[in-house]
Amino acid sequence: MFKATVIVKRRPSIVDPQGKAVEQGAKLLGFNNVSQTRIGKYIEFFVNTDNKENAKQEVEEYSHKLLANPIMEDYEYTLEEVK
Amino acid sequence: MKIKFGVVVFPGSNCDHDAYYSVKKVLNQDAEFLWHKTTDLKSSDVIILPGGFSYGDYLRTGAIARFSPIMEKVIDFAEKGGKVMGFCNGFQVLLEAALLPGVLIKNESLKFVCKDVYLKVENKNTIFTKDIEKDVVKIPVAHGEGNYYTDDETLKSLNEYNQIVFRYSDKNGNVDPKFNPNGSLENIAGIVNRKGNILGMMPHPERCCDPVLRKTDGAYVFNSIIKSFLN
Repeated sequence: MFKATVIVKRRPSIVDPQGKAVEQGAKLLGFNNVSQTRIGKYIEFFVNTDNKENAKQEVEEYSHKLLANPIMEDYEYTLEEVK
Repeated sequence: MKIKFGVVVFPGSNCDHDAYYSVKKVLNQDAEFLWHKTTDLKSSDVIILPGGFSYGDYLRTGAIARFSPIMEKVIDFAEKGGKVMGFCNGFQVLLEAALLPGVLIKNESLKFVCKDVYLKVENKNTIFTKDIEKDVVKIPVAHGEGNYYTDDETLKSLNEYNQIVFRYSDKNGNVDPKFNPNGSLENIAGIVNRKGNILGMMPHPERCCDPVLRKTDGAYVFNSIIKSFLN
């Protein structure tokens, strides 16, 4: 079995109003060195297979079809074998 | 002859009854609810994907609803030229299903915007707009994620093929960023696919059909599609 961790990020060319708003909060708190805050998603799940290639394929398909919208988001993932 | 509207009901839809009421009780057509887990469009002439918060807007708006069992039939219906309308969350579902191009992201203001807006009717030569007698209509919006975005190339082709049917404007039809409630590219409020049989729009025509509400501009959209069957 594998544990997958997927991170979905909005493409750099696409505005992130949420990140912008959070950064306003950062300024209010005095974090003056903070810039370009962007918010993404962290998703974890298990893939029930012993074959790493199969696991990879499943994670990629799941990410591409549902977890990320390829029009505006990119994703990256890691796989960790668990006993 | 009555036109039959099939109103899809997803878990979290909340404008399904408004749509049903408008077409059935106000415009005197046939209507039937279609539960998202079914795969029978019940011989509907037009499919409506209503507003709401399908699947709680989890992951992305419309992202999970797009894989509801009924959507396979709706996609098939649309690809064969069937007439489909998506309002608000329904528009978001149409984009996720790639029946229309682009995405809807969070409003630039980060606020949920709920108010009447003016829309300039950019293209009256569609089955959804042919019967609109005015150049500007007043229809309410109610959404947190209606900020339309697409890449430059798609935007160019939307313009080129007259697929942008509504833009946010003032009551005189002036399209300007200050009349844009959500930050949409080029004030886009509604688009059609290139074939012209699928409409997606953020404003809610189903909420302004009944004369008792003293605003009826939404009825133009439904009357247009009804008349398209008679010609």
